[in-house]
Amino acid sequence: MEQPIRVLIAKPGLDGHDRGAKVVAAAMRDAGMEVIYGGLHQTPEIIAEMAVQEDVDAVGLSILSGAHMTLFPEVKKLLDAAGADHVLLTGGGIIPPDDIDALQAKGVGRLFGPGSTLVELVEYVQAEVGRRRAAAGSA
Amino acid sequence: MTALDKTKEAELVARVKAGEEVACARMMTWAERGDPRFAVAYDAFHADLGRARRLGITGPPGAGKSTLVERLALHWRGLDRTVGIVAVDPTSPFTGGALLGDRVRMGELSLDKGVFIRSMATRGVFGGLARATDDIADVLDLNGRDMVVVETVGVGQSEVDVAKSSDLTLVVLHPGGGDTIQAMKAGLMEVADIYVVNKADRPGVDRLVQQLTDILDVRDIPLQDRPPILTTVATEGTGIVELAGQIDASLAEREADGRLAGRRGENLRRRIRRIVDGRLRQDVWELAGLSERLDQGTAGLESGTGASVSAYGLAEEILSDYRERRHGETQA
Amino acid sequence: MSIMDGTATENSSFESWKKAYDSAAQRDVSFETVSSEPVEALRTADDIEGTDPDADIGLPGQFPYTRGPYASMYRTRLWTMRQFAGFGTAEDTNQRYKYLLEHGQTGLSVAFDLPTLMGYDCDHPRALGEVGKCGVAISSLADMETLFDGIPLKDVTTSMTINSPAAIIWAMYLVTAKKQGARLDELGGTTQNDILKEYIAQKEFIFPPAPSMKLVVDTIEFASKEVPKWHPVSFSGYHIREAGSTAAQELAFTLADAFAYTEACIERGLDVDTFAKRHSFFFNSHVDFFEEIAKFRAARRIYARRMRDKYGAKNPRSLMLRFHTQTAGCSLTAQQPLNNIVRTAWQALAGVLGGTQSLHTNSMDETLSLPTENAAKVALRTQQLIAHESGVANTIDPLAGSYFVEDLTNRMETAANEIFDQIDELGGVVEAIEKGWFQREIGKAAYHFQRELEAGRQTIVGVNKYVENSEDDTKIETLYIGPEAERQALARHKAVKAARDESAVAAALKRIRDDSRSGVNMMPAFMHASETYATLGEMVDVLREELGTYREPPSF
Repeated sequence: MEQPIRVLIAKPGLDGHDRGAKVVAAAMRDAGMEVIYGGLHQTPEIIAEMAVQEDVDAVGLSILSGAHMTLFPEVKKLLDAAGADHVLLTGGGIIPPDDIDALQAKGVGRLFGPGSTLVELVEYVQAEVGRRRAAAGSA
Repeated sequence: MTALDKTKEAELVARVKAGEEVACARMMTWAERGDPRFAVAYDAFHADLGRARRLGITGPPGAGKSTLVERLALHWRGLDRTVGIVAVDPTSPFTGGALLGDRVRMGELSLDKGVFIRSMATRGVFGGLARATDDIADVLDLNGRDMVVVETVGVGQSEVDVAKSSDLTLVVLHPGGGDTIQAMKAGLMEVADIYVVNKADRPGVDRLVQQLTDILDVRDIPLQDRPPILTTVATEGTGIVELAGQIDASLAEREADGRLAGRRGENLRRRIRRIVDGRLRQDVWELAGLSERLDQGTAGLESGTGASVSAYGLAEEILSDYRERRHGETQA
Repeated sequence: MSIMDGTATENSSFESWKKAYDSAAQRDVSFETVSSEPVEALRTADDIEGTDPDADIGLPGQFPYTRGPYASMYRTRLWTMRQFAGFGTAEDTNQRYKYLLEHGQTGLSVAFDLPTLMGYDCDHPRALGEVGKCGVAISSLADMETLFDGIPLKDVTTSMTINSPAAIIWAMYLVTAKKQGARLDELGGTTQNDILKEYIAQKEFIFPPAPSMKLVVDTIEFASKEVPKWHPVSFSGYHIREAGSTAAQELAFTLADAFAYTEACIERGLDVDTFAKRHSFFFNSHVDFFEEIAKFRAARRIYARRMRDKYGAKNPRSLMLRFHTQTAGCSLTAQQPLNNIVRTAWQALAGVLGGTQSLHTNSMDETLSLPTENAAKVALRTQQLIAHESGVANTIDPLAGSYFVEDLTNRMETAANEIFDQIDELGGVVEAIEKGWFQREIGKAAYHFQRELEAGRQTIVGVNKYVENSEDDTKIETLYIGPEAERQALARHKAVKAARDESAVAAALKRIRDDSRSGVNMMPAFMHASETYATLGEMVDVLREELGTYREPPSF
């Protein structure tokens, strides 16, 4: 039996615009994933802790505040430190292309800007988690 | 640290025992998925289990269970007890997906290493919900948690079974949450060891307590065995100390008079039965390839082109196929 | 008259139009508004049969104000062109304000950064990486003084987009103005200060709903006594819409909030006519041109009726809904950003035709960053073009009497009234917030729209139609807020704290705690504390301890 993908959707930082996070969470649920909704205004520490305890395949962060260069690397660092370096860290928001390149160089996955579709996003997570699971030899 | 996916069972057990969170989380995933590695690991650690106190908490949606659990956990942390929480939420029957939001409701516990929270969806677990929650609660026990809470929405038999599979079951109700009749229908009334009337700052609390008392009167339970009824306002923290005290007292009493041991034995028997049931089901449908047999027997029915099929007849054919195949295996 | 067969009599009937229409081919699209409301091909006099030209539509400046709050509207004074701006340090934003005022902007509008909105000083750990990013960082009176340096506050009106800590930020503003030599009763402006919509949509809340409402009522009371030209609250639908609501939800939720505040003020013992005359609103102007115009017109009518009939307001100024409009940020695209100028132009036009009192036009680059100076200028010019070239400001409410617009206006009113009933059934606005009802309704609408878009039933040019898949697709000059702003803000904040009288600060903070416990109006204590250079974070921390903090129930 195909094991459902577990994904944590959260909003780090102070910005409260959760439209994107909620729409994405609903789309992932409707694509058959188990979505742990991590809520608003979370710190990187809390997000990493949730990701570890929930043993998620992926973490999706929504950041519209411009603080992405601080928040993504911090969450990545904390995940790695907790032994959860296998977790896909992805997300979206208003992130300039140069920043996306810089974040990907630090091990962050694809980042989705305005106008991205839910289908793209869901397919990316399915494919990338599938690839990682296959590489790790787990179901 | 070995990468988690390559970790051998014994090593993972050791890492869980040492309190490592990521190992604990992965062991839970094995349990949830019915990964055969969990059974191997379990054999290695079952003798170490039984230290944790296990609570099942259930009640209708909106009763404030998560907030109540959060408050209890904060209280226990103040007493320096470690806590493990399994929060179960329903899977969507349409998509197989789930949105699990209980962690947000327990926000104040988020950064305390003394609390481990795991969210779980009702479906997508192999071999039944209660099988998985029992296993995950065991992992928390192995991980050294003093108090282990499994929280479910009391909407159906399987959720109620989960709550029952514990040392003590709390049923949480709230005034204005509809009639107690609903709770009775869901089978909640029978499993309670303690009733909690939460949101007790709302109108209708006295009426609800009276209704509960009436139901217990009707059931003619001797006074000393009656589940106590406590009131709380979890959002304000009101009544939490009393509730925690009652939980400790009930557990101590049951431990002293042997009821706790008896209940654990009973739970274990039920659990073994569940494992066997699950394995049998898997055996029939997956291992012996009889899903295909069902598909063949009902071919064309969905498109309306097949001939009428006797449900009992086909079921009997499938079972006799199974018996034959099994017989062949034991002969060989 | 039909060109087809030359006979006039038969073809003038509705039936024959209907026949001709039904037999004509139709484009394969869903004829729906952006809110997924069906739109008919034609409206006629029959569709507004029940509409009374006097009682329902009336005249400008007369009850029920459907046609506008004032008798002469833009023939006396154009709407206020109020571009929302703020970024980096107080110095950076002060420069931008001076630039905008030089280019003909007529009012200021302050955007604060997220730490300020959430009541954190720039040196708080949670502010890391967010200082000056989405607006200007204001941590103490010193920053406020810099922000308005060289701008006489008695001569401009200032709008401040601040909510949870609004009372404190306003106190800092009032103290700044006093230090400039202004009297409180000559200050004009608006504090957004609509906490209910934070729980509903924008989610930048600090305290629980009840104590937050108390703070809002404090500002209303203080304004009505001391700062009579100030609008202490701007009931805001903008963020509700941006969060994904439909037009009718935006309308109804916003008005429901306004009525909830009105009830709270009446409970405080204030006479409705002393405070309601300073009520102001803030709506979104989205892409569906006529739906938006209908929404604005319906808003005025519903408000006037309820204020008179339910709350007993008598002063005409308590009955007339006045509003600020901002074009829809969520309608802008990162793809082909120049298109955003055009979208914004007709959204602005809808606001003007809807009778707005002030307007912010978004800049074309806002999905990518905060606006550059150039983009901000084009946005302002858009308003000036509408005002001075299009001719629409020459007459009042030109769409009145349109079968289509009047019918849409009626339907908006009906939809809003249905939503009010639902909210009443849930036990009122605060109760519905705590149940997660608004949040769930908006979430459903947002998800619905996104799926419609992806199924091609809604169109966004450049995103799901006429897509250009080139790298240059989104190329545009953007404003980059570097880490320097954060560094500068921190250094300055440190200096301010080093120079102040700590014992005065401690005493002022203690007064905040005492006043919070005794339940008196908090404004004097906030102003007093601001004068001592007690910081925003210090004041909010006291309130966090006294009032508690709010956590949203997850709702899907």
